[in-house]
Amino acid sequence: MQFIKYTVAGTLFGFVLTKAEVISWFRIQEMFRFQDFHMYGIIGSAVLVGLVSIQIIKWFGLKDIDGRPITILPKDTTHMKQYIIGGTLFGFGWALTGACPGPLFALLGSGITVILIPILSAIAGTYTYGALMERLPH
Amino acid sequence: MFEWLIQPWPWYVAGPVIGLTVPLLLILGNKEFGISSNFRHICAACLPGRIPFFQYDWKLEGSWNLMFVLGVIIGGFLGGYVFQNPQPIALSSATIADLEQLGLTDFSGFVPSEVFSWGNLFSIQGLIIMVLGGFLVGFGTRYGGGCTSGHAITGLSNLQLPSLIAVIGFFIGGLVVTHLFYPLIF
Repeated sequence: MQFIKYTVAGTLFGFVLTKAEVISWFRIQEMFRFQDFHMYGIIGSAVLVGLVSIQIIKWFGLKDIDGRPITILPKDTTHMKQYIIGGTLFGFGWALTGACPGPLFALLGSGITVILIPILSAIAGTYTYGALMERLPH
Repeated sequence: MFEWLIQPWPWYVAGPVIGLTVPLLLILGNKEFGISSNFRHICAACLPGRIPFFQYDWKLEGSWNLMFVLGVIIGGFLGGYVFQNPQPIALSSATIADLEQLGLTDFSGFVPSEVFSWGNLFSIQGLIIMVLGGFLVGFGTRYGGGCTSGHAITGLSNLQLPSLIAVIGFFIGGLVVTHLFYPLIF
């Protein structure tokens, strides 16, 4: 029950994704063809709001609702190749499915049952990465 | 009065609300917004095998995020089914023209019904888009350490260079598929 608050937050997030049409395969195509500002406006304004929020949290040293200080771990900068290789591979998948992980789950909720296939394939992809990771360049 | 529940939201409303997910999760419990980790948690929960990458306490690290994703599914149900927008998405005419050239005719839903159907799953096109595409989403996000939420939103918000590199990769991959591969598989 202690995790219900995250489900509420997720519901809000999933609802916004559908109303923003971010979960639309067509919108992702429009973005990768540079034919509309919509997706760039969403990502850009989301980053701007996130950036300002994080600065406020850091500046005032805000705590979470349980009173613990908020800490945001920096990303690992010792192995940089993984970001361009993994990022590009994800980009292939993003353009093919027209959905990143959040939208995949929201699309499933909207009633498109065949989205279970890319979700199960993504789990298989993650499993394969876990099995092969020691042999991959990072 | 409740039209905003049905109608699409403009980018300047939706984007800031999506951005607020970052501080919301930090304040709710010091959690870092990122969806793709859940694929790893599911692997660790269901089929850890002897792979070290999946040997960790997924309940401790991942329960909150799996519950968040459950909410995303509910949110998709509410926004995309219960309060579904009956109008087709207002795509740019240039995109519609390009996609018509690829052979698509149905622009009514969130996904092209000609491609995303159980009947199309075992065609070459269906396998490439749904199975290979999904596989690359799962493989690439874990290899690169995050997806659009973890890198593009959270990472860029926190001015992380690795996230900027990853996002450049997302676009290299997406542009290559859209402009070079799509003419071949449609």
